[in-house]
Amino acid sequence: MEHYANLLVKSIFLENMALAFFLGMCSFLACSKKVDTALGLGVAVVFVQVLTVPLNNLILHHLLAEGALAWVHPALAKVDLGFLSFILFISTIAAATQIVEMTVDRFAPKLYSTLGVFLPLIAVNCVILAGSLFMQEREYTFGESVVYGVGSGLGWAIAIAAMAGVREKMRYSDVPAGLKGLGITFVTAGLMSVAFMMFSGIQV
Amino acid sequence: MTATEAIFGKGERTALIAPIIANNPIGVQVLGICSALAVTTRLDKALVMGIGVVIVTACANLAVSLVRNWIPNSIRIIVQLAIIASLVIVVDQVLKAYLYELSLELSVFVGLIITNCIVMGRAEGYAMQNPPWASFLDGVGNGLGYALVLLLVALARELTGAGRIFGYVVLPVTTDGGWYVPNGLMLLAPSGLFIIALLVWLLRTWKPELQEKD
Repeated sequence: MEHYANLLVKSIFLENMALAFFLGMCSFLACSKKVDTALGLGVAVVFVQVLTVPLNNLILHHLLAEGALAWVHPALAKVDLGFLSFILFISTIAAATQIVEMTVDRFAPKLYSTLGVFLPLIAVNCVILAGSLFMQEREYTFGESVVYGVGSGLGWAIAIAAMAGVREKMRYSDVPAGLKGLGITFVTAGLMSVAFMMFSGIQV
Repeated sequence: MTATEAIFGKGERTALIAPIIANNPIGVQVLGICSALAVTTRLDKALVMGIGVVIVTACANLAVSLVRNWIPNSIRIIVQLAIIASLVIVVDQVLKAYLYELSLELSVFVGLIITNCIVMGRAEGYAMQNPPWASFLDGVGNGLGYALVLLLVALARELTGAGRIFGYVVLPVTTDGGWYVPNGLMLLAPSGLFIIALLVWLLRTWKPELQEKD
């Protein structure tokens, strides 16, 4: 249990997807103008992440890893399809995103129209693919992958919500012309990232 | 392309050159920032990543443009992703075969070229409407624009953070008996954001028409 709690804290704060690894920056910058939109996108990302990381974990261990195909035929015991992981992971992600898109469209049409193009773009959001790739690289078990999916998604959601809060306040500040928009957002994200570095070394 | 058009006409030249500075994918189109920050602590990493992205963007643009008239509109994203993912697998396997150490350090970021918005954005925004040769050049141009920013950021970070360029000592650091006190922050994550912000600021001061109106 302690191990899982530690992994959860680590994936939310220490290895925050947005502020420590800079993943999902495109939507992080483009969808953080308003807190509502940011929260909506954050929830959608958490959902897709929780769905895809464990699913990809199963695919990896039962289809792709070396010897994983032994259950089909003993002759396949030596086959290692690990190199196919990219293309299978991205297909799972695209399918999961499609499901989320249809669900949001059905049950929260207002959120659907605010998120606009960024909802289908979750499929190409680096956070999601990175979650699965980190899971593969660090060789997480199924249980760990569930925890990691929740943690990494939540961490990103927290970061984008906080960013949107800061940007709403920043509308009244006097920013140099060349820094307006993109530039000052980068600086803000940098400062938030410095703040998140404070978490390093925390152990549960 | 009609027979009267040159192989390297004006349109093709614009497709190749415009994205390098005037329409830079990172500074102007705001695409592909994720990986721009994480791989820029050292120049060699940034160079390999830049080359990878140039190859993938160019080939993906070419392939998407070749099949653009046969892709049904509703499943185009999946088709594009499949093409891009296959190309990235090739790049990843080549890296693992010839530059194993470096590929370990780049870890997941090679795989993340798949979701690099530049590749996807150019395939969707340019290659779907344009002929193969122009799309290929557009891919090369955008890849180069991306690689240029990557190299600039990596140069700044490696030089001030470790006193080295491509691993060669330029500023001897104090720990090795030199005079330069390295700025440790430059090797940490946040500095990448600050340097990109500076670059964007410089670019937009130089070309005021790119500035955002609130």
